[in-house]
Amino acid sequence: MSAMLLNKDKWPEFVGKLAGKKLWAPQADGDAVHFAPVADGEVPTLDFRNTRVPPKQAVFPQTETMYRFQLGTEEMELPELNEETILLGVRPCDARAMTIVEKLFRWDIDDPYYLKRRELVTLVGLACNEPGLNCFCPSVGGGPASTEGLDLLMVDLGDSYLLEAVTAKGEALIAETKEILDEAGADSAKEKDRIISEAENKIIRTVDTEGVPAGLPGLWEDPLWQRVSAACLGCGTCTYLCPTCHCFDIQDETEGFEARRCRMWDSCMFEEYTLHTSGHNPRPARRERTRNRINHKYSYYVDKFDVIACVGCGRCSNLCPVNIDIIEILRQVKEAL
Amino acid sequence: MKINENPYIPYVATVEEAWFETGGERCIKTFKVVFDDETVRENWNHRPGQCAMIGVLGVGESMISISCSPTEGKFLRFSVMRMGNVTQALHQLEPGDKMMVRGPYGNSFPIDEWQGKQILTIGGGIGQAPLRPIVEYVKANRDKYAGLTMIYGARTSGDLCFKSEFDEMSKCDDLSCHLTIDVEEEDWGHNVGFVPQMLLDLNPSPENTIAITCGPPIMIRFVLENLKKLGFADEQIYTTLENRMKCGIGKCGRCNAGGMYVCKDGPVFSYAVLKDIPEAFA
Repeated sequence: MSAMLLNKDKWPEFVGKLAGKKLWAPQADGDAVHFAPVADGEVPTLDFRNTRVPPKQAVFPQTETMYRFQLGTEEMELPELNEETILLGVRPCDARAMTIVEKLFRWDIDDPYYLKRRELVTLVGLACNEPGLNCFCPSVGGGPASTEGLDLLMVDLGDSYLLEAVTAKGEALIAETKEILDEAGADSAKEKDRIISEAENKIIRTVDTEGVPAGLPGLWEDPLWQRVSAACLGCGTCTYLCPTCHCFDIQDETEGFEARRCRMWDSCMFEEYTLHTSGHNPRPARRERTRNRINHKYSYYVDKFDVIACVGCGRCSNLCPVNIDIIEILRQVKEAL
Repeated sequence: MKINENPYIPYVATVEEAWFETGGERCIKTFKVVFDDETVRENWNHRPGQCAMIGVLGVGESMISISCSPTEGKFLRFSVMRMGNVTQALHQLEPGDKMMVRGPYGNSFPIDEWQGKQILTIGGGIGQAPLRPIVEYVKANRDKYAGLTMIYGARTSGDLCFKSEFDEMSKCDDLSCHLTIDVEEEDWGHNVGFVPQMLLDLNPSPENTIAITCGPPIMIRFVLENLKKLGFADEQIYTTLENRMKCGIGKCGRCNAGGMYVCKDGPVFSYAVLKDIPEAFA
């Protein structure tokens, strides 16, 4: 792994050198920050805590065309997926989420859309010097400078960024920008360690997952599910904003004879999600749906893929309109075990 | 991306025959379909218990049991109850029309492991569709199985599927067919009563027997109870589940019962596994 230094004065130049490819970076939009394409000549500032919506949309768009067809024919046309994209400023939790979701999209049958987009995207991460209030990544296997899923990690050292290549794609980015980078010395590595350990100390919320994956299904009828879901509005925010939520619906859209089959994000918190055509619903109320959401992330996914499907980004807790807090749910789970 | 590497792209099939099994608002129509592409036709290899995503372009897809055994020939059969948008559109299909099919999906009945055993199927209503491939498979491999007993019931005689196939069966010694309907009808020469009760009345021995049941949830619940009363071990009992599905390949999330995806880990489960899945009977 080669480590280089990028002086912040040269940041615009660095961005300029990447301009041949499509660039996405966090950008302010009202009071939120979103990943959005960077306009030609613009230089994004990486002054943000985290984006409101995770960058999962770069590999798993909210709505995507699976194939197009003309009504009345059986000719199906696949979308061309060939645009390489560089995402600048991906937080380590969000990159790690992609590696977790990828396990499912590779499970037995490959999902061609997800895997192709994943291949086309280069993730340039930015370590978290200032974690958010509800961040708890170390509790679920991550950390403010985790490199899992990233191609390149940047650490803000104040006047400069420390650049560490993680993959061949990251190495290539360093090679392309070499002339404006400086070799990083041992003092930079030391400074990084200091900043990251300080960041770790700023993470105040924790969950104790010991025994949770195995024990959760045993709490099936526990009154805690009623308690933690009583306030739920069923709005689906927790799942839409979750970097590991991958559930989707498939719908046909037609306009005249032009038609497409597309998939779009869906949410296990919606009643229609599991509703049978007969009217029967195996998860009829928010209690069952909340129970499924927590079980899926903290037990079922662990059974199947050996990893908790939560990266501790805190978005679901930050943005739930009725303040349902996953950390508190897990505390109650732990207590009930 | 090549089309044939994309699991979401259906194969084109042509409806060869179509007929109504039952009438009424929720009528059941059976389709016999053949793949247009010869390679697909020759290489398609499903096992009893598996399903396929079938649909109409522009409307959508539904997961439907493949209701024929591979021993019957190079075609597929689906028996579809008219329920929602997709099944409504499927019901419009007539011989010569195109149906989109992808699959086969899911696990299957471990029918080869059952060789040498007595097979007991217990079906209700449209629940006979996934059981029919077992019946046909055993019929085609009669020397390999000790015998087959089929119990099948519906609300009325008009709600029974595959009726024309039963006459032949009841004539064979090692293939016995027991039909029942909920309420007495004129000229009904078979049993009257609910399926779980008929099971108790027939009193089949659990010895060297595998019981497979499918039907409405309430029927399954009582059949399981009665099989236990008759002394069947959990490992001797199988059922097949259904849930709302979109992808059919374990990605879209919704069909799970506990930690099991019905589309991939199922739809076939032994009761030994099922009894520990919290949502299995939800």
